[in-house]
Amino acid sequence: MSASSSQTTTPLDAAAVKADFPLLQREVNGSPIVYLDSGATSQKPRQVLKVIDAYYHEINANVHRGAYHIAELATSAMEQARAKVQRFIAAPSSSEIIFTKNATEAINLVAHSWGRANLSEGDVVLITGLEHHANIVPWHQLAAERGVEVRWIPLTDDGRLDLHDLDSLLEGVRLVALSSASKVLGTLTPVRELADAAHAVGALCLVDASQSVPHLPTNVTEWDCDFVAFTGHKMCGPTGIGVLWGRSELLEAMPPFMGGGEMILDVTMEGFTPNELPWKFEAGTPPIAQIIGLGAAVDYLDSIGMDSVRAHEMALTDYALRTLADRHGDDLLVHGPSAVADRGGVLSMCYRDIHPHDLSQVLDQRGVCVRAGHHCAKPLMRLLGVGATTRASLYVYNDESDIDALSEALTEAGDFFAHQPA
Amino acid sequence: MAGLEDLYREIILDHYRSPRNRGELDTPPANMTEGFNPLCGDEIRVYLELDGDTISEIRIGGQGCSISQSSASMMTTAVLGRTVDEARRVLKAFKAMMSIHEGDLDGAPPTGVTDGEEPISLGDLEALRGVVKFPVRIKCATLAWNTFDHGLDEISA
Repeated sequence: MSASSSQTTTPLDAAAVKADFPLLQREVNGSPIVYLDSGATSQKPRQVLKVIDAYYHEINANVHRGAYHIAELATSAMEQARAKVQRFIAAPSSSEIIFTKNATEAINLVAHSWGRANLSEGDVVLITGLEHHANIVPWHQLAAERGVEVRWIPLTDDGRLDLHDLDSLLEGVRLVALSSASKVLGTLTPVRELADAAHAVGALCLVDASQSVPHLPTNVTEWDCDFVAFTGHKMCGPTGIGVLWGRSELLEAMPPFMGGGEMILDVTMEGFTPNELPWKFEAGTPPIAQIIGLGAAVDYLDSIGMDSVRAHEMALTDYALRTLADRHGDDLLVHGPSAVADRGGVLSMCYRDIHPHDLSQVLDQRGVCVRAGHHCAKPLMRLLGVGATTRASLYVYNDESDIDALSEALTEAGDFFAHQPA
Repeated sequence: MAGLEDLYREIILDHYRSPRNRGELDTPPANMTEGFNPLCGDEIRVYLELDGDTISEIRIGGQGCSISQSSASMMTTAVLGRTVDEARRVLKAFKAMMSIHEGDLDGAPPTGVTDGEEPISLGDLEALRGVVKFPVRIKCATLAWNTFDHGLDEISA
């Protein structure tokens, strides 16, 4: 469906895409909203909202239980969504698609289940300087609990992975856990290269793909990794739904994460028999509406084409980098790789000496929504030597007018702080 | 830009640009307490030294936005030279001002006085009242104060 090898990329109709998102039609503080925080969460198209609404209006029932009509419809819609997600990331089997609450839970599932069954004192988990706290803290917890070592791949000055000492970094490593794209710098990482390097030393490779699945074609088979975690709400889907993909043989061998209903085949007074994949890892009533909503989000992105999404974001990122540099020159520092091919549409900025919290407050007065702070990546912030940045993150519904509004609002913010009597 | 002047009052920007009592003190004799705002990554260090029951020295370290930095600076001028009990009363009055009550958002000023104690003037700190209209920023304004609060607890323990 979304193979990255397609030769022709249809340019998307930016105006039509924007019109699909009802929230983007509203105003904030008297200005049209300029939503540039899709790295935090994306807006939702009416096609997704409609499917969620229809679920509750027409087929709401618990899944895998009732033998009545609407229960069968709900179960079928949920399992169809699983198949859509499987195709979207080119996974071999839908039984390898495990629904979680979010990417954080997906990574924690691997840390608790695979990690506790396989890692012991002295084993190394190799992560990178780009990671979100969700791909740091679960490994710190294992370190505290059983003496696992957490080791870091350092970064180059322009925010790419520094792989010069990879061979020595890999000594004793049992798991390489990395982001496919940085939520702070936009850096795209060489996932296949690291998966191959991990396998060469007998380690596994987990990919936090939360910041890439919404923006680029994803093919977990081409990545040849072992686990992939991502979240639904950053890819036009609802909150409360994430995905863990894992290789069947690994998932089969792993103990269940949480116990309860749905995850069992049989329960006696003496014990239980776990259910088959994927339900073995889905204890309790699942977030049915959210799963079906995620399926609708996949349909929506497929209707545009992920190659077109990527091409649009690359063009817009290029426009943003040029426009902002032309207008603001040395007043504005954009962190991360300079080549558009090496990055996603994430612009982490420092503007003059205005603190990001103050900057975003002033931008808000013009309806411009950006994120200020450490972006749940404090180790990376320390590497950059800053406490916080202002981040604008682009998505399929953004266009050049959004960049122009950001640029104009930056000037106004500069004026506001400059013109206040000191 | 309507509304921003409520937040960024002149005296706030003055304290941001020219922070008072910024720096460090030797520990010991001073006590150092760290505070973090996990939302935005702001970090603050409050150094405190007592002479008997009186706050004889106070210094602020760390980094943060204009609201957290100016609030810290204004706090130092408000409590320096006061007794611990007086400082706690300023603290209490300031936190009361920073609490969201119904009516605050309509601009009705609540009193900074608490518990029928003798009124304590917040002086320049009144400039921070507008922060309550921007609820996300309340944690910026109270970071130094909460850290100071912990420091007082540590020092009198």
